[in-house]
Amino acid sequence: MSVDAATVRRIAQLARIAVTDAEVPHLQGELNAMLAFVEQLSEVNVEGVEPMTSVTPMAMKKRQDVVTDGDIADDIVKNAPMTENNFFLVPKVVE
Amino acid sequence: MTATSGKLMKGATGDWEVVIGMEIHAQVTSKSKLFSGASTAFGGDPNTHVSLVDVAMPGMLPVINEECVRQAVRTGLGLNAKINLRSVFDRKNYFYPDLPQGYQISQYKDPIVGEGEVTVELDGGKTATVGIERLHIEQDPGKMLHDQSPSLSYIDYNRCGVALMEIVSKPDIRDAEQAKAYVTKLRSIMRYLGTCDGDMEKGSLRADVNVSVRKPGGPLGTRCEIKNINSISFIGQAVEAEARRQIEIIEDGGVIEQETRRFDPDKGETRSMRSKEEAHDYRYFPDPDLLPLEFSQAFVDELKAALPELPDQKKARFIADLGLSPYDASVLVAERESAAFYEGVLEALADRARDGKLAANWVINELFGRLNKEGRDISSSPVSASQLASIVALIGEGTISGKIAKDLFEIVWSEGGDPRELVESRGMKQVTDLGAIEKVVDEIIAANPDKVAQAKAKPQLAGWFVGQVMKSSGGKANPQAVNDLLKSKLGI
Repeated sequence: MSVDAATVRRIAQLARIAVTDAEVPHLQGELNAMLAFVEQLSEVNVEGVEPMTSVTPMAMKKRQDVVTDGDIADDIVKNAPMTENNFFLVPKVVE
Repeated sequence: MTATSGKLMKGATGDWEVVIGMEIHAQVTSKSKLFSGASTAFGGDPNTHVSLVDVAMPGMLPVINEECVRQAVRTGLGLNAKINLRSVFDRKNYFYPDLPQGYQISQYKDPIVGEGEVTVELDGGKTATVGIERLHIEQDPGKMLHDQSPSLSYIDYNRCGVALMEIVSKPDIRDAEQAKAYVTKLRSIMRYLGTCDGDMEKGSLRADVNVSVRKPGGPLGTRCEIKNINSISFIGQAVEAEARRQIEIIEDGGVIEQETRRFDPDKGETRSMRSKEEAHDYRYFPDPDLLPLEFSQAFVDELKAALPELPDQKKARFIADLGLSPYDASVLVAERESAAFYEGVLEALADRARDGKLAANWVINELFGRLNKEGRDISSSPVSASQLASIVALIGEGTISGKIAKDLFEIVWSEGGDPRELVESRGMKQVTDLGAIEKVVDEIIAANPDKVAQAKAKPQLAGWFVGQVMKSSGGKANPQAVNDLLKSKLGI
């Protein structure tokens, strides 16, 4: 598996990372090197083996349904570039 | 699974069949969010019901709320669906300001609930079965306000991270009526279960509707998805408008493009929302922050044993035990509150076998009719279940006539009071004393020889005499006794 220049630009766009045209060939080379490395795994026969989601045999911890958090609106918006009445403000996302 | 055929739509080239599948997003009833301890309460000042987990601050980790898991399992059981003892949370990646994580924690390949089915009520007591494809748990995104400024969107994450159940139907729905009936039924089941409050105005229940059209029996057409419809009547309108649009395009020689659309209730039309070049690529993968969700069959069995009686079971019981018609039974069970009221009436009746059916008529026709007229709901009914039971019992035992009962209902509605005492104190008792009725009948016959002659010639004119007798007795004469007496006295 390998990626072409268009795929590199698309991945960058999906991740909202600005990538200039000049950077694309370099990133394409790096991504393909990584993919080639991971490709080695395809030599292993995993027929009938379930994908591993955890390395430790433990059950997921669950919480009780209790309100233990909140009322920290000032902290929540503290790092936001723009706020008003504790709303986050962002450039308009609809026309 | 075979879908129940629906109403076909007429086009210039003949009839068209509409094929509909739905995704319902139902907010889970819980105190705290799916993966954080922040409150789920509606309203609240902006960003006050938000934890650092909900806004994806670095280092924060999700921990699942066990009540949300229980609610999803209960709902699955209510949909007669397969419960998966092991399910997996995945990240659905997308970049949009309503979700600070940059991905929604959802379930993709392995949902908590698999296939099931629901029976939905159609007009005239008919039913249809709609298959359920799956139910999975996911996070609700935050709320965006776009009308506060010309250049900015305002964002409040109070709703962000609240648990949602996405319920996906099979494409078994065939017209607007079935579509509305399906959502109505899901809402009813979840309200009985207490797993979702079903409040569509507050956004607790939203529907995405997939619509395509085809010639009856032909291959499936290309579908369009209408997103985020938040009222049951809009669902019906959106289906009709979208099917109509597709039929017109195809009949004009065009091709339907698969796309996401929005319903505009003011204009009664659907509009394209996204163009194809922005087609989503969610790049799902298992969330490394969360282990698989696992529980035992015993956990499911325990929840199953504690389920309340659901609308279908209640309906069947009303039909079997009280002899109600399927239509009346489905009207009574549609809302949990209505069913509870009717059961309150039954509870207060001494002779349920005799009066149960009459009570259903009174709840549906007199009480619901009156409540509807005044725009009130059952919880603010001025007539209580026990008062209505007294009125019904008074009719059932023959103390008052149905007509007088309506007057009594009016008095209880506007003035309150004990129906039995009111009947005594206001002299509303039905006259069943034959002697007394006979006296009135004789008087009226004696005073109207011309009418007597007419009635003998044309027996249907006897109705005039019935009216006169009832009038002169103030409506209290037993109508059956009046009829019988008149027939024998007039010789008809």
